[in-house]
Amino acid sequence: MSPKTLYDKIWDAHVAHEADDGTCLLYIDRHLVHEVTSPQAFEGLRMTGRSVRAPDKTIAVPDHNVPTTPGRENPENMTEDSAIQVAALDTNAKEFGIHYYPVSDVRQGIVHIVGPEQGWTLPGMTVVCGDSHTATHGAFGALAHGIGTSEVEHVLATQTLIQKKSKNMKVEITGKLRPGVTAKDITLSVIGATGTAGGTGYVIEYCGEAIRDLSMEGRMTVCNMAIEGGARAGLIAPDEKTFEYCKGRPHAPKGAQWEAAMDWWKTLYSDDDAAWDMVITLRGEDIAPVVTWGTSPEDVLPITANVPSAEDFDGGKVGAAQRSLDYMGLTPGTPLNEVEIDTVFIGSCTNGRIEDLRAAAAILKGKKKKDGLRAMVVPGSGLVRAQAEEEGLADIFKEAGFEWRLAGCSMCLAMNPDQLQPGERCAATSNRNFEGRQGRGGRTHLMSPAMAAAAAITGRLTDVRELM
Amino acid sequence: MDKFTTLTGIAAPMPLINIDTDMIIPKQFLKTIKRSGLGVNLFDEMRYDDDGNEIPDFVLNKDAYRDAEIIVAGDNFGCGSSREHAPWAIKDFGIRCVIAPSFADIFHNNCFKNGILPIALPQEQVDVLMKDAEKGANARMSVDLDAQTITTSDGEVFSFEVDAFKKHCLMNGLDDIGLTMEKAASIDSFEATAAQSRPWV
Repeated sequence: MSPKTLYDKIWDAHVAHEADDGTCLLYIDRHLVHEVTSPQAFEGLRMTGRSVRAPDKTIAVPDHNVPTTPGRENPENMTEDSAIQVAALDTNAKEFGIHYYPVSDVRQGIVHIVGPEQGWTLPGMTVVCGDSHTATHGAFGALAHGIGTSEVEHVLATQTLIQKKSKNMKVEITGKLRPGVTAKDITLSVIGATGTAGGTGYVIEYCGEAIRDLSMEGRMTVCNMAIEGGARAGLIAPDEKTFEYCKGRPHAPKGAQWEAAMDWWKTLYSDDDAAWDMVITLRGEDIAPVVTWGTSPEDVLPITANVPSAEDFDGGKVGAAQRSLDYMGLTPGTPLNEVEIDTVFIGSCTNGRIEDLRAAAAILKGKKKKDGLRAMVVPGSGLVRAQAEEEGLADIFKEAGFEWRLAGCSMCLAMNPDQLQPGERCAATSNRNFEGRQGRGGRTHLMSPAMAAAAAITGRLTDVRELM
Repeated sequence: MDKFTTLTGIAAPMPLINIDTDMIIPKQFLKTIKRSGLGVNLFDEMRYDDDGNEIPDFVLNKDAYRDAEIIVAGDNFGCGSSREHAPWAIKDFGIRCVIAPSFADIFHNNCFKNGILPIALPQEQVDVLMKDAEKGANARMSVDLDAQTITTSDGEVFSFEVDAFKKHCLMNGLDDIGLTMEKAASIDSFEATAAQSRPWV
């Protein structure tokens, strides 16, 4: 048998039909659904008299629109258009008989945090969702990617996607990370090296000692941003940490089925002599705590660097960099750690898990945020929130002057009331620094939870290692 | 889905790389539960000021380009969010074809589901088309999907590649779901096998 990559193995196990030209019907094991990209898909089913083919494999949760302040179970506390979208998801979940976690349920949260938490996401699966950060689930060795609403309707109706296979890219992070360097710094540094289009046409497998050393939470952070590098999906081969994380989750297999699953899961790795279309290697020791300076996730620099100038770039990037500098209100040559901020946002599907909150709380313990600064923590799910309260993290955040919010996407994409005002500058643990992403005219610097916590204390972009 | 066969129209030049889907349609317009009506908000934050007035410098606000049916853009067009609201807004504005050196994967797929043709060409060819687009309303570009060619206003012809299956669907306005349902027997059989080999799924 010819050697295969992990991606090859998962792909081959899910091809339900292959046409002569290589166009495949890929069977989908888990379909996650949220309120923003699904209403038109359900409406499409109604208009054509179609049903959901596999409601037991379809899981819905409202996350993008929902307020993160108390009283949100009452639709009157949402804007009218948000309430309509959430109500539509309620209705669609009931009418089509799919699994559902409403805002009133403690298990509600960001769809990419809820899936793994509830054991819906398991190694070797195909997972899709009408959201680009579906790549997150690749941390389990699941082939997971975002789809558009037409494809959401296609999966609802047929439990398959029309796909052609991507190419294989290996991203190896060798060695150990230095203190203060986290999964977020890895994933941003990879995008800084490849560019936001570097992964287009590929599925990335992240490997190497530094990846093996990460917790499942850290691996989810790394895979989450595979899409920001342009890749269809990011993958990490499952190992004992993965199995340990999955075991006992509500929807993970039990007993003999667990054993059978483990027999297969243990075969899910890239063969030694598998062929790669591209290989990128970074040394873990070379990765520093990083921040973004511009309006593309590829605009990554170590916190010890200075704001670049447009002339530092080539081709189309010259104009784009100048546009970014103008939008971000930054002067070339300014040390990044002198850039003052107004807002700190800790949360999102990238960094809203318990380990992220622990990392931020470790920096904030016994300290206060800078006066005048707005700071909020938005846990990724109700269960993360409950655990953080139990561990005393919530008290640390509150004593530091942070708002302690309910679960949702919140200021990552600012569809709910959590938004930046024009010109406000935010240290954010989310995934996109695009123009207007966190609010029209808002300025976003992406970084790790520990770096965001450090910035909250000093009121400027800060090297977390100074506070460790 | 609307068919795409040939198109002759005005091309709007947008020589910016990494035009992301937040730029194409900002999040405040994702609260709709419909697919229609988003054209007025296409490129909203680049197109209108804080008071909702048109920003005169923005290409689609210039008289020459108000009726554009093609966009010529920089590398990695459509990166970011999977929101299909982006192609919905593009289509609703009246644009049926986007030409760029490369496209983000999900946006590229979404275009084909909505009767929009995304064409990737080498940078130097996009540069020529960009110059042609900059000539304004009198310089109409032609796209022929069947022949897989673009003809500039000067008559220069460029060939492009397109996936054969996607081309077939676009030229005939075919509904993906209908096509897949014709293969229901394959899906049934896959499910039956998987129920034995991976019963925990």
